[in-house]
Amino acid sequence: MRFDTSPAPHVIAGYTVPRVMFQVLLALVPAGIAHVALFGPGLLLQLSVACVTALLTEAAALRWRGRDAVPALKDGSVLVTAFLLAFSVPPLLPWWLGALGTALAVLLGKHVFGGLGQNPFNPAMVGYAILLVSFPAEMTRWPVPLDVDGTHTWPELARLSFASFYGADLTSHWDGYTGATALDSIRNGLALRYTLPELLGRGDIAGEFGARGFAWINLAALAGGIYLMARGIVRWHIPVAVLAGLLVPSFIAHALDSGGALAPTLQAFSGATMLAAFFIATDPVSAATSDRGRLWYGAGIGLIAWIIRTWGGYPDGFAFAVLLLNLAVPFIDRYTVPRIYGR
Amino acid sequence: MAVRSTFPAGLALDAHKQQACGAPIIELPQPPRVALALDQGSGYSAEPVVAVGATVAIGTLVARANHPYASALHSPLAGTVAAIETRDAATEGGRSVCIVIESDGSGRIDHRVRQAEGAASLSPDELIQWLRDAGIAGLGGAGFPTATKLAAGRARGTQTLVLNGAECEPWICSDDALMRSAADEVVLGAILLRRAAGAERCVIAIEDDKPAAIAAVTHAIERQRNAAQGDHDQRDDELTLAVVPAVYPQGAERQLITTVAGIEIRSGSLPADAGVICQNVATAAAVARWATRGEPILSRVVTVTGSGVEHPCNVRAPIGTPLSALIAAAGGYRGTPLRLIAGGSMTGRALPSDEVGVTKAMNCVLVATREDIGSRLGAVEMPCIRCGDCANVCPVGLLPQQLHRAAVADAHDSLRELGVRDCIDCGLCDYVCPSQIPLADRFRDARRRLNEADAMAARAADARQRHETRTHRLLEAAAAEQQAFESVRNRVRQSGDDPAGGTG
Repeated sequence: MRFDTSPAPHVIAGYTVPRVMFQVLLALVPAGIAHVALFGPGLLLQLSVACVTALLTEAAALRWRGRDAVPALKDGSVLVTAFLLAFSVPPLLPWWLGALGTALAVLLGKHVFGGLGQNPFNPAMVGYAILLVSFPAEMTRWPVPLDVDGTHTWPELARLSFASFYGADLTSHWDGYTGATALDSIRNGLALRYTLPELLGRGDIAGEFGARGFAWINLAALAGGIYLMARGIVRWHIPVAVLAGLLVPSFIAHALDSGGALAPTLQAFSGATMLAAFFIATDPVSAATSDRGRLWYGAGIGLIAWIIRTWGGYPDGFAFAVLLLNLAVPFIDRYTVPRIYGR
Repeated sequence: MAVRSTFPAGLALDAHKQQACGAPIIELPQPPRVALALDQGSGYSAEPVVAVGATVAIGTLVARANHPYASALHSPLAGTVAAIETRDAATEGGRSVCIVIESDGSGRIDHRVRQAEGAASLSPDELIQWLRDAGIAGLGGAGFPTATKLAAGRARGTQTLVLNGAECEPWICSDDALMRSAADEVVLGAILLRRAAGAERCVIAIEDDKPAAIAAVTHAIERQRNAAQGDHDQRDDELTLAVVPAVYPQGAERQLITTVAGIEIRSGSLPADAGVICQNVATAAAVARWATRGEPILSRVVTVTGSGVEHPCNVRAPIGTPLSALIAAAGGYRGTPLRLIAGGSMTGRALPSDEVGVTKAMNCVLVATREDIGSRLGAVEMPCIRCGDCANVCPVGLLPQQLHRAAVADAHDSLRELGVRDCIDCGLCDYVCPSQIPLADRFRDARRRLNEADAMAARAADARQRHETRTHRLLEAAAAEQQAFESVRNRVRQSGDDPAGGTG
């Protein structure tokens, strides 16, 4: 009897890229629920426009590049990009900006470098950064979260979200329903020479352990991140390093200057901290390679995010911190090659 | 030397061993014909010493080992040499010259096969020579001649002999079966091997998922000590058992040495350089068979398993027996066998035909159906997403994702720097890759190209050297001629006598 031959190994574990991507999307669900509960359904609108745009752009880019679009669309990676971008932008973003940001993320963040696996930068953060520097007003306008006071309701937030999504002028009808994020308010307050206890004492910026609204999203993202670590999708090095890079300097600074420097808990549970630590910085394609490299990479992201939050021109610093460390990856990789057995 | 208690990473795999390991070893009857591959798995061929038509008996030497990496071959049958021809074989490339012997049914035994009396009193050098003559080679899967390894160990000074009974690869359980049924042979072989290597101690390493084998070997060691009680020369207190974690690839030579001896073997050097020699437990048992019965390697235990056979089992099969006979002993084919694999699912070699003969290196025949290997058959390669799962399992601490880039680019300097030659070909990176990239095969290919390039560079350097030497030689000859000419001319001028007629 004759047989076909093939090279060893003859068996594989059967992990697949789509399975990895699906787990990441699943882990975002708790953060999504918190987001929708506190900020209205705007996230769902952002998600839909981002996903549709991402799939269409991916298909078009693959066609232009003469590649088969079907397997690439099925791998789920472009949906992860869309989700991360939708979670990062304000839920009130008009739809065309969401579409523009997503299209640029997929094209300039991914396909100009050769598609999946080739991009040096995190595509979602490329899209986010372009939007932030181009449309600063729209990119910093958030709904006032429901846990600040009881004066407005979720249905009102839903109407606001739809109105804003289709581009209504928010200043006339919806004044008082929108505002800056907690980190933004603190920045502006500190710039006006208020002290931190004064600002926090108002109660509309931050609560017991974190920023209004964002604290819950961060908590839910942390839960999702722990799920990913438990499933072995994400290893601990990057998230732990990101949090250490952010929290260690903020702990020291807060100890030295409690009137001007945010406490570590507030840093941890405000803005995009947990999303960045567990979902954005952990994108393997644009991260450092070795475990040791990933520690440096994560710590660098946390530290630069802290520097930007403290002294920079933007309220949250994670998008730029991630992009800067993406840039440093070849350098980090060069100096963190693990020791080979026997060498 | 760096000390590391365990090698980097590895992975616990589904063992698939219970299928074949329940029943005792089946003694296969002598087949009507055998095909003895001159290359028994080490990659080097023995040289036939019989001609077609020659009459041989059981144990007659039919091929001699002229290369230190080849092993001598003996006929497992009494009969005649029917052919010496290239055939499908379980060797690198799938083809080897084979000596085909047809049985005459007489069962005559060669008179040179005899009681190897007093093996215990032989000197280490004599022992090594006898092992070479008996064609004893690594039965763990490498087929490397035992004598050559022992000689290297003696030359460098050996502290530790590690007997490898880890058997980490999925499906294979021939060593397990052998240790359960013939632990005394393993222990006797261990003592002889230790003496031949001049090692201070011997450690038998068994993975912790083989409790029966561990118990059998423990008892055999105790029996040996009790039997040799009082006889100081025969008693071996330096023979111990080490139970090691069942993590693939625990049984890989360097990885096992690191686990057992706590030392790391330097890249590019041999374990013998670090004072360690590794031998398989089945090899030890073969040494004992030779010492007690005077029998060279004529047969070996082979696991016949997989979803593609009716009754997975272990058989003791004469070397050269066609695999179809082994599969018949396991109840024949079942379902739709898609691959016939010599070895396990991780590193085994897919064979083209079941007429291939058993070799000394063949510890397992895996008859795989879609149930066993469907994951690989259905794999669709996708781009690397640099997830690093491969690096997390690599037992050598390599970065397969970086190596893959270098392999695709055929960047030789990067391949060397990233350690493509340190890769032990265990296949784990391939196994875990979510992009289902056939990494192991890419790296094999890259190593081959690297070797070719190095050979080419060596040839070029050699040619340049030759050219430079020749140029230098010619210049020197010309200079010598010139000098001779001038000295004659000077002499002639000084004497004022010009034999050439004064035109000079």
